[in-house]
This record gives sequence, structure tokens and C-alpha cells, in this order.
Amino acid sequence: MTTPAELVVPLASPTAANRWWADRKWGLFRLLSPLVLLGVWQLGSALGLIPQDVLPAPSLIVEAGIELIENGQLADALRVSGIRVIEGLLLGGFLGLVLGTAVGLSRWFEATVDPPMQMIRALPHLGLIPLFILWFGIGELPKVLLVALGLSFPLYLNTFSAVRQVDPKLFETAQVLGLSFWQRFRNIVVPSAAPQVLVGLRQSLAIAWLTLIVAEQINADKGIGFLINNARDFLRIDIIIFGLIVYALLGIGTDAIVRVLERRALRYRS
Amino acid sequence: MTIASERQTAVAGELRHVHKWYGDHHVLTDVSVRVERGEIVALIGRSGSGKSTVLRVLAGLSTDHTGERVVSGAPALAFQEPRLFAWRDVRTNVVYGLTRSRLRRSEAAARADRALADVGLTDRAEVWPLTLSGGQAQRVSLARALVAEPELLLLDEPFGALDALTRLSMRGLLLDLWREHGFGVLLVTHDVDEAVALADRVLVLEAGRVVHTLTIDEPRRSAGARTELHRAELLDKLGVQI
Repeated sequence: MTTPAELVVPLASPTAANRWWADRKWGLFRLLSPLVLLGVWQLGSALGLIPQDVLPAPSLIVEAGIELIENGQLADALRVSGIRVIEGLLLGGFLGLVLGTAVGLSRWFEATVDPPMQMIRALPHLGLIPLFILWFGIGELPKVLLVALGLSFPLYLNTFSAVRQVDPKLFETAQVLGLSFWQRFRNIVVPSAAPQVLVGLRQSLAIAWLTLIVAEQINADKGIGFLINNARDFLRIDIIIFGLIVYALLGIGTDAIVRVLERRALRYRS
Repeated sequence: MTIASERQTAVAGELRHVHKWYGDHHVLTDVSVRVERGEIVALIGRSGSGKSTVLRVLAGLSTDHTGERVVSGAPALAFQEPRLFAWRDVRTNVVYGLTRSRLRRSEAAARADRALADVGLTDRAEVWPLTLSGGQAQRVSLARALVAEPELLLLDEPFGALDALTRLSMRGLLLDLWREHGFGVLLVTHDVDEAVALADRVLVLEAGRVVHTLTIDEPRRSAGARTELHRAELLDKLGVQI
């Protein structure tokens, strides 16, 4: 017969190692699964099961990356592509934020600005590339404008909805306290809307990189897209895959920066 | 100086013959309310009787009414919910109460700290409002309302959302602050006990009209007569059979 003491013992004293494993095992599995996949890929290449002219081994892709880093091509490409995204972000972000805020604050702006915005949004912005080439040529301008156009909409929509959802009771409180329009804007609208605006920024950055990838396929003579296109002409699949990984890392990196901003904007909820 | 003119200067807030419509609906009909400094007036009535509307007119939040509104300085208003700005710490929330005073930042912070000490929250000046309990948040709201030393404090069911014990201690706190600072209070409530416990006068509002006025002379906190007698009288005037 089991005594109460015996029943309690296994519950009360799980070993430290057990607990360590229980806390971390899912994290470890998440880490291991892509590593295993990479290992299988590398092994398949080594055994000749994966043809190298279709999908080069991970080690070859890393070598291609080192080659691009050493000869300075990657740094040049990153600078050019980075500037395109930053210029697009400044222009499109400004438009999205300003128009979204104006439309969110004012019924008059909503009635006049929102309908044309929704019309333009309905156009697939990547489909505008031929038009942009005819209008703006094949230099930097059409690429930056395309990035700006693509990223302005998520920011516009999220800012609009964030500003519209600010608790009207807080505006009433501000009126009682005697806050001016700018004081209300700075102390209520901005902090209250910030979390959702940052969600919009994350969506915008994802679209910005996507737009850049497409825009750089066309008539680019520098940038990461040019690197990839050029590699295609020389059948350098390793460089193409490396370029795609760079795009992915840039996307993850900018997303991580915005997530830090999100945590900061929401620190009062912790 | 005549007694009449002395009374004139003592007014903290007054409405004279105020009418207000929402569309075709006559929400306030010839409402006159006078709150003097150092006086607590309760406005009691059922939901929809127009209590909060009277308060909003006095607070200056309503513009489309007829009749006269006289207020001494900018009235302070505390709501049923604390309505703090969650993204600013407690002290900054209280500093917002000084927006009209245009003080230097350091001076405003010092006054906010004094107001927080008045409501017993000195040690919470730097925390986020979301970490406060309901009663603490309501005390911050009271500190924000009182930090600019208003002559008229408007309270819109300020303790309605609190638990019974917290509500009692908030009543005590309000009386303490009121004795210390001597502002006039217009308290909107549907709680008969609260009205009787706190007020010098109770106005009964029914369908947008002041239908009864009850003056309570007994001192506060000598509970007996105050609660029992006036409670029964007030309930009778509200048409409640018990």
C-alpha cells in the first residue's frame, strides 16, 4: 500500500536535469530541425544525390558568399539596395503616416482622401512597373517610387485605424484638462496609436523588400538584384541562392528592429 | 458688503435656467444648480435623468445649451473610470492636471508630488498606471483633478466602479481633502447612501428637472441621524418604496 509520503515524493522532487530538459526541449527541437535539414542537404550533395548544377551544397553557397564579401561586391550591392529601401521608406512612410493620421483625425480628410487611396491600393503596385519605366526611366527613381508606393499602404491603413481607435474618453479628458491640439496629438494620439502603427511598419518593410527584389530584376546595373541577375547569366546558382539568403536576412533584420521598437512602445503594459 | 454680494463671491459654480436638447429630446428643462465654495452638493437620480449632462454643462463640455453658466476658474472633473494615460507614469498623469497653469516642469512635478502625498500615493509616483489597483487609480485621478487647486470639483459617480470597502475609504479621503482645501463639490451619484453621507444638499433630478432639494444639517460622520432619517426621506422623494 502506498503511503501519502510516497505519493508526494515523485511530484515534489523532479530532478534539476529533468526540469532543465522540460523547460528547453521544445526550443532545442526548433533549433535542431533546420540544422538537420541543412545536414541532409549537405550529405545529399556529397553523395551525389542532389545535382550540383541544380542545387549546390550549403558549403558551396557559403564559399560564394565569402567570395562576394572579399571582393567587395556584396558591400556595394548592400549599399545600393539599402539606399533604395531607405529612400522608399522615407517617402512612402511619410505619405502613409501623414495621410493615415489626417484621415484618422478628420472626417473631412476621410471623405476626400480615403476614396482615391483605396482606388490606388486596388492596383497591384508591381503591375505598375512598365508604366513607371515609361514615366521615370530605368534609373533609381522608378525603383524608389515603387518601393515607396508599395510600403505606404500598410502604413496608411494601420495608422488610419490606429488613430481612429484612440479612446474618445481620453479626448474628453484632455478637453477637461485643457490640452491643446498638439498636446493631445503628442500625449494621446501618438502613444496610443504607436503599437498598431508599428505593426503596419513591419508589414510595410516586408513589402518594401519584396518590391525591391522585383524592381531590381529589371534593368538594374547595381544592387543585390543585379548581383543575382548577373549570376544567372553565368549560371552561378550558388551566388543566386546566396543573394536570396541576403534578402531574407535583411527582411529578418529590419523586422527585428521594429519588434524592439514595439516592445518599447508597449513597455507600460508589462 | 451685503450678504448677497458676499454670497456672490462664494459661488464655485452655477447653472441658471439651463435647457438642453438632443434632437427633439428635451434632456434638461430649466435646471438651476448652485454650488458654493466649501459645499458639497449631490445630484441624484435614475439612469437617464440627466445627471451627467448637468455635470458636462458645468464642466464646459457642452456648448449647445441655453441658460447661464457661471464657474469660478476652470472646474476639475473626475470620472467614474480613472481615465489615466496608461503610457505616462503616475506623476506625469497628475502633472496633466496643471496643463492650464503653465508652470515650469520642476515646479509642476513638485506640485504633483504634493497632490500624490495628499491621496497617500507618494510611493507610486513612478509606476505605470496599469500596475495600480482600481482604488489607487481613482485616487490618482482625484489627485490630477485637485492638483491645480480648483474651486469647483465635479465628480461623475467617481466611486461607482469600486468595491464596497474601497468606496468607503474613498469617501473618507474625499471629505479629508475637501476639509483641507475648501473647494465646492458637485457629486453625481445614484447611490442614496453616498449622497446622504457626503452632501450638504441633495438635488433629486427626474427626467431632466430638479424636482426636490433636500438640505442635510447634521454634521458628517455623526452617522445616526444623517443616514437613517435622510435616507428614508430621500428614498421617498425618489419614489422608492421600502
